[in-house]
Amino acid sequence: MLYAILCYDSEAVVGSWTKEQDAAAIAKLDVVQDKLAREGRLGPVARLMPTTTATTLRKGKEAIVLDGPFAETKEQLLGFFVVECASLEQAVETAKELGRASSSNGAYEIRPMMLFRPGKLAT
Amino acid sequence: MSGDAWIDAALRAARPQAMAAFLRHFRDLDLAEEAFQEASLRALKNWPANGPPRDPAAWLILVGRNAALDGVRRRRAERELPPEEALSNVDDAETALAEQLDDAHYRDDILRLLFICCHPELPATQQIALALRIVCGLSVKQIARAFLVGESAMEQRITRAKGRVARADVPFEPPSPADRAERLAAVATVVYLMFNEGYAATGGSAHVRASLCEEAIRLGRLLLRLFSGDPEVMGLTSLLLLQHARASARLDADGAIVLLEEQDRRLWDERLIAEGLALLDKALRHRRPGPYQVQAAIAAVHARAKRPGDTDWAEIEQLYAVLERMQPSPVITLNRAVAVAKVRGPRAALELVEPLAGDLSGYFYFFGVRGALLLELGRDDEARVAFGRALALANSPAEAAHIRAQIDRLTKDSRREGA
Repeated sequence: MLYAILCYDSEAVVGSWTKEQDAAAIAKLDVVQDKLAREGRLGPVARLMPTTTATTLRKGKEAIVLDGPFAETKEQLLGFFVVECASLEQAVETAKELGRASSSNGAYEIRPMMLFRPGKLAT
Repeated sequence: MSGDAWIDAALRAARPQAMAAFLRHFRDLDLAEEAFQEASLRALKNWPANGPPRDPAAWLILVGRNAALDGVRRRRAERELPPEEALSNVDDAETALAEQLDDAHYRDDILRLLFICCHPELPATQQIALALRIVCGLSVKQIARAFLVGESAMEQRITRAKGRVARADVPFEPPSPADRAERLAAVATVVYLMFNEGYAATGGSAHVRASLCEEAIRLGRLLLRLFSGDPEVMGLTSLLLLQHARASARLDADGAIVLLEEQDRRLWDERLIAEGLALLDKALRHRRPGPYQVQAAIAAVHARAKRPGDTDWAEIEQLYAVLERMQPSPVITLNRAVAVAKVRGPRAALELVEPLAGDLSGYFYFFGVRGALLLELGRDDEARVAFGRALALANSPAEAAHIRAQIDRLTKDSRREGA
């Protein structure tokens, strides 16, 4: 089963890291990702720009375009990993592993994926 | 990153919101600072053991207020409040407060805090210093180093600024829409000036200066979270991000200025550029142009050019013309002249530059640009005079070194011609 591990944290905190702190945090997560990749379990990984760059489209007969994220929350969706896991238990283990390598607090939301199309981007 | 570094980052991130709440509560900057300090000390003691609270700002506000109340109660020899170790686990209290903070007042609270620091009655340097101290939480020592003054002088300057804003008596009622817009504009100006102070490199080490730029960007993002639909706030933040993206390419190993065209563009920070371009894109959708958006658009033209030769100078010239109409100023005309030189040559540019001589007779860049144009036209003697004036007006060793290099080049060229 594929799981999305969604990373939530305060972007004000993560955004206040220095370049060096940020790079160190990413490097630590890379170690876990390398391991997952060697096991053939790592799908796409994304890091999102701050929610200040977000635009929200309210669907409807007349769609409304709003500046800002979908919801104002204490912690924001900062990015996600797609990981192949045999069970929820393994997914939780993987998230814990990422959590130990993570330099911040916040939370990982573990969501089984219903549909996965890796897509093909022209590069 | 160690746990302590995380706490530092959380305290810094929560500071504007907590300080704004304390200011509303105590109606005094000094008391607000004391409450924040006390709450931070307790956080440093409590958080490593108990883990971080879900909402650090709400925790700090609750604990800071209680600490102040605590003092009052102790003086009255009454029962003390429960210790914050218990508090941090009382999720209900936190949630209630968090909800209270979420109402519309919270935005005006932070804007008021910013506006008090950026009060129009204060001179610009005091506005910047006060904002850095109160909102960003930089130490007096750090601020003093950024402004190249002694610590006690900076301490005095900040104390004086606090006294002046206390007397200015900014009302605590929610502002009218017009007042709100005015406050936002005043705050945006100071954020812009703070960035320029860091960017201009008029002194101090590059590291200290860069921190001013980073604080300005942080404030820009804060404003953007508070006023997420304001295109000028988007434009301002975009502008700062796009400018700051070039920071590591702007000075060489010896600290000498590297001109835009000579910069190693691989050193530009792609992530900041991408964020800046995304924000500009968002801003332009509103079709309500303003000076920050236009300046961001100019920075974006540079950011998009992979090589100097790819720069769309005609677009830059047009953008400067738009900016000139919005904010007529000889400095903007000077900038447009640089673009004109690229599009239509040095002669056309010089025609634009010459009439500015009166207004800009004390301006380093005027003589730098004029010298460069004269040099291009082969009027070496006049160029040498212009560069000489520029040298005398240089604001930093880096600027002086850059002009000296131009003069050296002139001297070399004439020697070569003579030989």
